[in-house]
Amino acid sequence: MIERLLDLFLLALLLITSLAAIRLRDLFAVVMLFGIYSLSAAALFMTLDAVDVAFTEAAVGAGITSVLMLATLRLTGRYEQPPTHSPLLPLGVVVTTGAVLIYATLDAPHFGDPTAPAQRQVAAHYLEASAGEVGVPNVVTAVLASYRGYDTLGETLVIFTAGLVVLLLLGIQPLQPHCPTRRPASEQVVLQVIVKMLIPFILLFGAYVQFHGDFGAGGGFQAGVIIATGLVLYDLVFGDGAAQQVVPPRWLPRLAAAGVLLYGGVGVYGLLKGHALLDYRVLASEPLAGQHLGILLVELGVGLTVFTVVLAIFYAFSSRGWR
Amino acid sequence: MSELWAGLSALCLALGSLLCLTGAVGLLRFPDFFTRIHAVGVTDTLATPLLLLGLILQLGWCLDSFKLGLVVVFVLATNPTASHAMAKAALDAGLQPQLPDPPARRQDD
Amino acid sequence: MLLAAIVAILVTMALTLLRGLLGPTACDRMLATNLFGTKTVLLIAVGGHALGWESFVDVALLYAMINFVSAIAIMRFFEYSSATAPLSTPPQRREGDHE
Repeated sequence: MIERLLDLFLLALLLITSLAAIRLRDLFAVVMLFGIYSLSAAALFMTLDAVDVAFTEAAVGAGITSVLMLATLRLTGRYEQPPTHSPLLPLGVVVTTGAVLIYATLDAPHFGDPTAPAQRQVAAHYLEASAGEVGVPNVVTAVLASYRGYDTLGETLVIFTAGLVVLLLLGIQPLQPHCPTRRPASEQVVLQVIVKMLIPFILLFGAYVQFHGDFGAGGGFQAGVIIATGLVLYDLVFGDGAAQQVVPPRWLPRLAAAGVLLYGGVGVYGLLKGHALLDYRVLASEPLAGQHLGILLVELGVGLTVFTVVLAIFYAFSSRGWR
Repeated sequence: MSELWAGLSALCLALGSLLCLTGAVGLLRFPDFFTRIHAVGVTDTLATPLLLLGLILQLGWCLDSFKLGLVVVFVLATNPTASHAMAKAALDAGLQPQLPDPPARRQDD
Repeated sequence: MLLAAIVAILVTMALTLLRGLLGPTACDRMLATNLFGTKTVLLIAVGGHALGWESFVDVALLYAMINFVSAIAIMRFFEYSSATAPLSTPPQRREGDHE
């Protein structure tokens, strides 16, 4: 009963925030409403028992995406211009598409139906055999990093390409010797003291998430985003360009490439040993130990790439706004 | 003995819920931003540790309750800081507190 | 008692969202967003324990951090943007430039 109430409430929250985000013209408020939307979506994922997805949604949606959108607002301006065309045609298209989609869901199998096609092909094998074949308690990590490791390599390459494109299009402004927008330290004492104590904790939590992905929610993607968020916090509080003194921009392309190469290298090592690409069983004398080592290395590669790409995008966006 | 812990946990949960509700009502009813920060900052910073303490008392000695204790410490450190920084940002941006009108002058002045 | 706490948190979230939608100034919306994030942490923690979600404590800890970073980011960019735009009233429509 309480689950149903929670589901209804969160879905209503999603609907209300998205309608308000469409109607408001103050883009600053819209960004904040998107943050609320992302938190509600993450809570909904928790009610659906998808903990890893909720983790990633919270870290990416409410955290880094809000920061990037705010950095963009700084460059473009805060208020949306009034619309110049009538919305009737787009409204008609959207309503028709929505009606067709809802009609299509009438044929879809029920939530959690064991006879649904998606549950009958490989999902049962993954759930039953992953303990014996991969040996990692979190089945999501086993599927992500081992059974579908090729997919995840593609995802990492997509993230790497996104970072590369942002660096090519926008570039990162070099650090000025004297930043005019840095506020005098005496004005922000409370914030600086507290944040200085918190950042090591955030970075440590990121490292914990990276290595704990085998057992609970976590993994490389979330860890990369969390560690990048820690550095973003440092940059926000201690003045523009403070993070660039910690992780200089010239490291970023090389670190991102190193992450992808680590992942691909583990796969190619399997090839060189005469087995399939990304076959982790050849990495150690025992297949299960090989799986553990392989998952550890590829998650490290993913985390490194995600961290550097998120940081690079933040540098590119925020350094454009320095006056 | 375990009934004592259960009762204490229920008390903490009840107090925390009450504080949450009063903070939200204050957020809606108070006239000005700076008064709303008072309502939210004070009640939220107390309600969160109370609710989480109620949970910790129910969970007992385990890893989850240690992690919940970390959340409590984190919230106790960051919530007042965020309230302070928000009020400072609003003042710096030029938002003025809504002050009452000065008292009317007496007739023999 | 856990269910009562969950209902109280949900009601608080609804009232906070109301202030977030109404709030005449951007500062009010900032406050509502921060409060909403803290209530989500509580919802995940209390709901996770009551409904038996897995790893809910890690998610609650993460949300607490992300909520704080998001609030600091909003404040920081608010300081930058308010130098050129008023707090609550949108400017009249002009041809050409934005600000």
